Amino acid sequence: MSDKQYYYAVARIRSKELSLLSASFLEQLLGIKTPEEGLRMLQDKGWEVSEGGNSVSDRVEKMLQAEKKKTWDLIGEMVDDMSVFNVLRLNNDYHNLKAAIKQALTTSKHGVIFSEEGTVSPSVMQEAVASRDFSILPEQMREPAEEAMDILLYTHDGQLCDVIIDKAALEAIYEAGNRTGSDILALYGELTVASADIKIAVRAAKTGKDMKFLKAALAGCRTLNIDSLATAAVEGTDAICDYIANTDYAEAGEELKKSPSAFERWCDNLIIRSIKPEISHPYTVGPLAAYIIARENEIKTVRIVMSGKINDLPEQSIRERVREMYV
Amino acid sequence: MGIGTALALAGAASAALFAGIGSAIGVGRGGQAAAGVVTEDPNKFSQVLILQLLPGTQGIYGLLIAFIALSRLGVMSGAPADLSVGTGLMYFFACAPMAFVGLISAMQQAKASVASIGLVAKRPDQFGKSMIFPAMVETYAILALLVSILAINGIPT
Repeated sequence: MSDKQYYYAVARIRSKELSLLSASFLEQLLGIKTPEEGLRMLQDKGWEVSEGGNSVSDRVEKMLQAEKKKTWDLIGEMVDDMSVFNVLRLNNDYHNLKAAIKQALTTSKHGVIFSEEGTVSPSVMQEAVASRDFSILPEQMREPAEEAMDILLYTHDGQLCDVIIDKAALEAIYEAGNRTGSDILALYGELTVASADIKIAVRAAKTGKDMKFLKAALAGCRTLNIDSLATAAVEGTDAICDYIANTDYAEAGEELKKSPSAFERWCDNLIIRSIKPEISHPYTVGPLAAYIIARENEIKTVRIVMSGKINDLPEQSIRERVREMYV
Repeated sequence: MGIGTALALAGAASAALFAGIGSAIGVGRGGQAAAGVVTEDPNKFSQVLILQLLPGTQGIYGLLIAFIALSRLGVMSGAPADLSVGTGLMYFFACAPMAFVGLISAMQQAKASVASIGLVAKRPDQFGKSMIFPAMVETYAILALLVSILAINGIPT
């Protein structure tokens, strides 16, 4: 699949890369006095900003959703077989599954947000959960969906329900990344799973979770030994840092000691640095995947900056969370 | 018509055939990339068109070799010469450089052209430099063209 050549799509993406946000633009965005000023700057950059009426945070959220949709619509327009990008979309599917299960088992119908960028339509997901007919879902999703629903139904343990679905999501992402045959997508899957495992281990260490929980939550990947990670997590955060010092993620230890958000930023930056060579690849799937990842990264960064500005956080505090850019 | 004449015709045909196939593939790939750039920025049409056309020259060189060979064989005048097997083989191998180098160089040049189209998409001011990369591949098609012309002209009539 990775041998397929995307001459039209990659050339078009090269033009689109010109409108990606640069580090210097983010510097300017960090310096805005009001969120409205930030919206104007983004509008000048071609971002879809709705005019007046709603609150600023609503306008920001709508803008971010519109930009996310725009990215996937563009890729969908150029690529016939979108399955190659499943590794980037599966997260949305499992988020939707979680939302559908919780929506079905709670009386409130408000506050549930489904992502339209998954591989399975949210309505199919809702129908599967409502009718308990999981056969209409992709095969790898059926078992965790049924198990998570039973757990929530009979034990009301929302956390365990989340753990089952999150682990299934990580395993699906890892498998989808390797299945593409594309180095960059396999690497994305690997880094996504590894960083999620480390985050889970740190959270578990801080909340005193036992080995059973860790075994249920950690997903396997090539660059981490999850048995060692789980053992370290039971011992504490320092033991996790000692363990990862001997892995490919040795630098992450320092970030973990600073704060969870510093570690998350480090993980996102690692992915962005890993995809940067795609800027010079002329016609494989890599540059397309890199563009999607870069767009998701800039949408996440704009969300961080704009939320910080809306909530009047100090500039330094926002700056610490800003991700590196692809261009 | 004897085997010698048939071999000579096969050589002439292969020069046009393989070099033409290479150019068709190359120009096709370049066209896809060019269309991608023009979708986003129609002003770059003329720049990407030139880059798209660069792998097309091998097809012209193949046609030229085929034309020279057919002329010398008398096919163009409607009176093909009856050649010995040895002379026919000489024509066949004389046309071979253009046939094979034409095919490979056009496909490789297309890769360089596609990459250069990507370069122009991002940095249109570097158009001049972007032409040089695929043009370097052209060198080997021209060498093959020269060898084929010299070889055909060196075959005793």
